[in-house]
Amino acid sequence: MMDRVAVLGQWGIDTLRQFGKAGILFYRVLFYPPNFKKSCPLVIQQVYSEGVLSLLIIVVSSLFIGMVLALQGYHTLSKFGASQELGPLVALSVVRELGPVVTAILFAGRAGSAVTAEIGLMKATEQLSSMEMMAVDPLRRVISPRFWGGFISMPLLTLIFNATAIYGAYLVGVKWLGVDAGIFWSNMQSSVEFHADIVNGVLKSVVFGVAVTWIAVFQGYFSIPTSAGIASATTRSVVYASLAVLGLDFVLTAMMIGEW
Amino acid sequence: MLPQRLIESLVGLFLLFAIFSLTVLAFQVSGLTSLFPDQTYTVTASFDDIGGLKVRAPVKIGGVQIGEVAQIGLDPVTFKAVVKMHIRNQYNDIPDDSSAGIFTSGLLGDNYIAITPMYNTTYLKNGSKIEMTHPAMVLEKLIGQFMYKIGNNGNNSSDNGEKNEKK
Amino acid sequence: MSENLVEISHMSFQHENGKVVFEDVDIVIPRGKITAIMGPSGTGKTTLLRLIGGQLYPTSGDVKVEGRYIHQLSRKALYQLRKRMGMLFQEGGLFTHLNVFENVAFPLREHTQLSESMIHSLVLMKLQMVGLRGAWRLMPNELSGGMARRVALARAIALDPELIMYDEPFTGQDPISMGVLVKLVRTLNESLGLTSIIVSHDVQETLQIADYVYVIVNKKVIGHGSPEVILRDPSSQLQQFVQGLPDGPVPFDYPAKPLVQDFLQGGTT
Repeated sequence: MMDRVAVLGQWGIDTLRQFGKAGILFYRVLFYPPNFKKSCPLVIQQVYSEGVLSLLIIVVSSLFIGMVLALQGYHTLSKFGASQELGPLVALSVVRELGPVVTAILFAGRAGSAVTAEIGLMKATEQLSSMEMMAVDPLRRVISPRFWGGFISMPLLTLIFNATAIYGAYLVGVKWLGVDAGIFWSNMQSSVEFHADIVNGVLKSVVFGVAVTWIAVFQGYFSIPTSAGIASATTRSVVYASLAVLGLDFVLTAMMIGEW
Repeated sequence: MLPQRLIESLVGLFLLFAIFSLTVLAFQVSGLTSLFPDQTYTVTASFDDIGGLKVRAPVKIGGVQIGEVAQIGLDPVTFKAVVKMHIRNQYNDIPDDSSAGIFTSGLLGDNYIAITPMYNTTYLKNGSKIEMTHPAMVLEKLIGQFMYKIGNNGNNSSDNGEKNEKK
Repeated sequence: MSENLVEISHMSFQHENGKVVFEDVDIVIPRGKITAIMGPSGTGKTTLLRLIGGQLYPTSGDVKVEGRYIHQLSRKALYQLRKRMGMLFQEGGLFTHLNVFENVAFPLREHTQLSESMIHSLVLMKLQMVGLRGAWRLMPNELSGGMARRVALARAIALDPELIMYDEPFTGQDPISMGVLVKLVRTLNESLGLTSIIVSHDVQETLQIADYVYVIVNKKVIGHGSPEVILRDPSSQLQQFVQGLPDGPVPFDYPAKPLVQDFLQGGTT
């Protein structure tokens, strides 16, 4: 019996230490600022590999999500004779929730896992150690640019997701299902508020970006440098990041709704 | 590895795409007309009953929105609802004897305030108060009135019937 | 200039998980010579290099490099010191996203403000020293293991360090690559006036080129001296290691119950 309690306690302490390590890593990445001239190209490189290369999956997913939303929404709304509310339905769902959350989860799966695997592999092949022994701080050269790359890419991807999803909904709703274009857009415009909805959505995506990239970088940096270790670090990074996004989404939504 | 210049251009394109999306979202989706909050002046009005009026509900003249409800409170002395409205500065020639009423948009929609302009030559300005107000039409009261009327008609006809019989 | 580049005294080191790697170890690395640290696998020889390089701190005892205590140095000072050390990792540790030229140029670009043409010349010079000048365009995944190590060596000497540490340089190499590496280690040490530390368990090759040898078995130094002294030392531990005897102080059998007991009882209890 006492053994079980001891095991639980040990697990608790280990988890606490993980959080501590993550916090220290975060602090060092943020507050030991790299000198801009050297690190700008590195960050741009990372924005390319994390952001630009994720565009395909984001755009395709958002188009389909927008189209399905319009299809399902129209189907249900027309039962109440409320099909002119399709615009607001799609826009509010996407901009407030689906945009930030789905983008974050897709990003975690595509870019987050890539970052974790990359850093883990660099650790396993002793590239990080070589850098350290060459008096180059791997945190500044490898970890920090990847963190800022994710931080910058996420809100941009979310904006693109929002716009393409609504466009997809427009295609299905107006062009195919016959909702009047004028009503579609004007009802949407009167229900969606820039500051409350769109800006809040982007704010959410910034928070998600920090969370996903932080988890990805942490898992990679502290992974066990074997092939099994890297594999499990990569899956952990995706799972934890997705769960964190969903949890944070609830907290943020509660805070934002409370305001208004 | 792609050459650095190509990568930078692609990142730049990415950024442009995102800014474009933001613009679309701002103007097409949320109908933002200007990025800066309008300059407004505040006007108050007291209502017997505001029904379902909420903060940020529109204030309209002739169906056109000229402002929004900023604050709803209760006057502790008169127990009337005190509503503060922000009206956009460009509409600064509303006669100060205009009346304000609470209406419903559509059959089951949200409440809004409609101002009916009158004839005075002095205008509403910051801090003015609208004196003439009409309360919201509350469904229960309407039904109550309706039933009272029916009840009365019924009584009248039965009274007449009794009188006739007595004679 | 002190005679000893590195002085380790009464040093003990224990990993976070409690595993003791070194117990009260004394090692002195003289300047300008090739010193070998040998011992069976898993005795923590790489850990020793990390301790000298400041990646790890000793649990007790001192590690002094150039007269300064490693664990007392600030981050900045440590980094300054590391610029004068080169380390060759077992796997090479080349950056996989850069080609050979860029790999060798990396420390030059990071720590100096030399012009591109100077860097170009320096890189080609270093590559020439290891015999790979013509391979400057290749990517690390196009190199054989031996070639990768040579490139890593070129990178390690890019900043003209004073100390160079080799982590198991001869392990898993074919005879020709082995010969090449042995030649390189010796030549570089002499021509550049380096101090070299070789960590290895390849007795033959290492004893060929080492000036001084330390043998570490089971957390302690069990013998040290010039190669001849080591080969002639009668201690059974040392002899088992040097001659590669399968059984001796380091036993062949993993600790287990007596044979009869195990077979009769059929295993589980």
